[in-house]
Amino acid sequence: MVLDEIREKYDLKKLATADGIPTYYCPADFVAKLSKELKEDFKVLLDITAVDYMGRKEKRFEIVYLFLSITQKIRLRIKLEIEEGQKVPTISHLWGNANWLEREIYDMFGIEFKGHPDLRRILLYPEFKGHPLRKDYPIKKSQPRIKFLRPERK
Amino acid sequence: MKEGNFLTTTVESLLGWARKYSLFQYPFVTACCGMEYMAAAASHFDIDRFGAGLTRFTPRQADVLFVVGTISHKLAPVLRKVYDQMTEPKWVVAFGTCTITGGIYDNYAAVQGIDAIIPVDIYIPGCPPRPETILDGLMKLQKKIQREKQKWSLMK
Repeated sequence: MVLDEIREKYDLKKLATADGIPTYYCPADFVAKLSKELKEDFKVLLDITAVDYMGRKEKRFEIVYLFLSITQKIRLRIKLEIEEGQKVPTISHLWGNANWLEREIYDMFGIEFKGHPDLRRILLYPEFKGHPLRKDYPIKKSQPRIKFLRPERK
Repeated sequence: MKEGNFLTTTVESLLGWARKYSLFQYPFVTACCGMEYMAAAASHFDIDRFGAGLTRFTPRQADVLFVVGTISHKLAPVLRKVYDQMTEPKWVVAFGTCTITGGIYDNYAAVQGIDAIIPVDIYIPGCPPRPETILDGLMKLQKKIQREKQKWSLMK
């Protein structure tokens, strides 16, 4: 099994999870370094997402990758801890859907991906300032694109 | 009517009567309220009984703009443009809580009530509104159209 090989080779510690999916904390460039090896077995990238742990002394963000191996019928979750402003290597050249997922993370959290072919906002409009899923973004702050007839309800 | 009998009316109320029973609607459907809108338009509740059965999928042919579902700030210019493309006389129905106040989406993305973007004639509340509520709203709109005073001065 490729997962066991990887685990032994890189001495990964398993994290206890409620859903039973094997989960590992890894160094920031881990996925990019391993991506070719991983891709052989985990051909499907289910999701990439990020978490903002504001208030933590260091490593404010976490990137979470969720892979699926169809042959083994298992999923794999890999978490990267990164600093604010730190760039994460892209994996969009291997998993095509990572292109849009990384753009979404850039849009919502402002985390940049090194080597991404087209890193711009995907859900919000280009003139939007800031990144709304960051914990320091004001929860109700809106940025209208057109002049309103009356002020918005509060 | 027997021969020799006649009815009198004003041109204004005749116009209102004609308009209220031939409402061509443009459904601007963005969210789950659309399901309830479809239920109201389909055979069981049958919005066609009120003369509003014909949906036009171009704003240039429509009288009523049904704004059905959450409007985000990204979409706001589009809605304004659709409204501007409609020809007079035109009416707007805000359909569902999200459209009226933003509903549960009180955040960076959703417009808190579309009356900030375009003028609204009828609000149909509910999350989503029942088809009965929709028909009630439609009848209220018809009443409003019937009562409407015409502008007889030359337009522009």
